[in-house]
Amino acid sequence: MADLNIDIAGLKLKNPVLTASGTFGYGTEFEDFYDINTLGAFVVKGTTLHARQGNSYPRMAETPSGMLNAVGLQNGGIRYFVDHIYPKLLRFDTNILVNVSGSTVEEYIACAEQIDDLEHITGIELNISCPNVKEGGMAFGTSCPAAEAVVKSVRKVYRKHMMVKLSPNVTDITEIARVVENQGADSISLINTLLAMAIHAESRKPVLSTVTGGLSGPAVKPIALRMVWQVYNSVKIPIVGMGGIMNATDAIEFFLAGASAIQVGTANFIDPLATQHIISGIDDYLERHKFHSINEIIGELQL
Amino acid sequence: MKKTVQNLQVISHRRLNSDHVVLELKSDEKLDGILPGQFANILVDGSQKVFLRRPFSIYLVDYNCNTISVLIKAIGDGTRILSDQSIGNQLSVIFPLGNGFILPATPTKVLLVGGGVGIAALMILAKMLKENGHQVVILLGAKRIVDLVELEEFAKYGTVYTTTEDGTHGTKGYVTDHSLFREECSSFGKIYTCGPEPMMKAVARLALIHHVNCEVSLENTMACGYGVCLCCITETIDGHRCVCTDGPVFDIKRLKWQI
Ligand SMILES: Cc1cc2nc3c(=O)[nH]c(=O)nc-3n(C[C@H](O)[C@H](O)[C@H](O)COP(=O)(O)OP(=O)(O)OC[C@H]3O[C@@H](n4cnc5c(N)ncnc54)[C@H](O)[C@@H]3O)c2cc1C
Ligand SMILES: Cc1cc2nc3c(=O)[nH]c(=O)nc-3n(C[C@H](O)[C@H](O)[C@H](O)COP(=O)(O)O)c2cc1C
Ligand code: FES
Repeated sequence: MADLNIDIAGLKLKNPVLTASGTFGYGTEFEDFYDINTLGAFVVKGTTLHARQGNSYPRMAETPSGMLNAVGLQNGGIRYFVDHIYPKLLRFDTNILVNVSGSTVEEYIACAEQIDDLEHITGIELNISCPNVKEGGMAFGTSCPAAEAVVKSVRKVYRKHMMVKLSPNVTDITEIARVVENQGADSISLINTLLAMAIHAESRKPVLSTVTGGLSGPAVKPIALRMVWQVYNSVKIPIVGMGGIMNATDAIEFFLAGASAIQVGTANFIDPLATQHIISGIDDYLERHKFHSINEIIGELQL
Repeated sequence: MKKTVQNLQVISHRRLNSDHVVLELKSDEKLDGILPGQFANILVDGSQKVFLRRPFSIYLVDYNCNTISVLIKAIGDGTRILSDQSIGNQLSVIFPLGNGFILPATPTKVLLVGGGVGIAALMILAKMLKENGHQVVILLGAKRIVDLVELEEFAKYGTVYTTTEDGTHGTKGYVTDHSLFREECSSFGKIYTCGPEPMMKAVARLALIHHVNCEVSLENTMACGYGVCLCCITETIDGHRCVCTDGPVFDIKRLKWQI
């Protein structure tokens, strides 16, 4: 067995496999399927200061090798999380990150402050990239001054690991990545979903109630790989890569492009055991290529 | 029974007409306690075109043989591929999912109303209602006579009535045009329905008028089927609720239907 331990700017993971926010609920939903303590970490559903109902049905459209979603950050708000969800997470013995979103910088700050008090939460993933909310969300991740403002402010109040999740809906992702690094992010995760659209030709209507939504799944993997590679060559902080990872080979590609860890999203819907197959598949790959540790392949793309 | 993901083997394939089949799927494990109204999320092939799983009501369960059956109507790529499965094939299935219908606590006269492939959710319900001593009346509606399937199977568990839009079998018209919804309606202690949404809404409206309890089984499109993607929501008096975990069965009084 190869060494799968990885240290992401102080965040110590037993393996580099995480689950992506919005595709893993609060973890508890997976307990019937497997022991989720086997994960390096899991990231819970996007959380906002106030409760959100999210968008109307239909919120999902299947597309070639992927899907669009327009959930719109449905969640009970940070107070509900602290009072009702957090107590259920105490029994887990792995890293838990809370994905945080907001419409204003103040909302991000207020949310992060409350999470800072939660001992069992190892870090936050600052979501400045949600394409499914009208105000805020992606707006913070597509402009350098806005990204700077939110990351800088949250850094002041949040003391533990701060991962910042980037949007792929930009012309130059390295610009934003550098801003985020300069403002004190511990790590960067990418990519969130790509703004996209599906049309039902017979009815001449959009499939989603919101017309546009976020594309995920294997369809986005080549774009995600390219962006991880670009960011790897632009910043020094560790990168957590995601976008269309379905199996261990996909995961290895992200490590080679420069990711220190990966997140599994849409694949959870197709195979609830996807993360388990990916963890053992990474180990197989390392053994087969005679590597002792996952660290030996990060960014080791042979040019 | 807890939800599981298993490879089930196709052990029988029964074609009912040009576009309906019943597949019987065998588990290597002991099945128990599957509720009527629960569903299974089946991986077709994960290919580019049929990427997500497809949800189907659990049609029947055989605890002696550890099998579940699903009734599939071919309407698109996924259901067509599933309809063409050969015996011996393995399918990855997540089941049992969802909440299930609530059976009356004391012997009751109940009405089951099915339209289209919605009848699939009602077979196991009819069976369990009968086994629990309830008086079961079943009303099945379809466009034409050829679309009415499994009438003899339903007749094992209750009295069966039919409607067809073209009048080729039973009463001509929609299910709600049937005389059961007039004088006799308030004699039912509960109505269960599954089918196209306009039909379920029409049935729900009549149930409300006659003050009869009514449960409906919704078929919203799904990505995960087990409560993590939040894609399948419906509006309820408690806000957005997932059809895959809070449903697919809802008491009509909880839904915000304009009826
Ligand atoms: C809880 C639940 C239980 C179900 N039980 C059964 C069952 O027992 N037997 C059965 O045959 N079918 C059942 N269905 C419906 C079945 O899941 C769909 O028919 C199937 O997913 C279609 O897949 P496809 O690839 O063949 O069609 P696609 O190519 O995906 O779709 C073909 C067309 O049908 C529309 N469509 C697909 N799914 C739905 C849906 N859920 N609601 C409205 N429109 C839709 C699409 O928009 C498209 O226009 C159930 C659905 C749910 C949610
Ligand atoms: C249904 C759904 C809901 C999501 N919700 C969130 C969310 O709340 N916060 C977030 O940062 N990303 C969210 N995402 C994006 C994923 O975390 C991930 O970035 C994206 O799906 C790409 O990875 P994948 O292709 O492996 O799914 C969501 C994705 C899906 C499919
Ligand atoms: S289908 Fe994913 S939550 Fe219901």
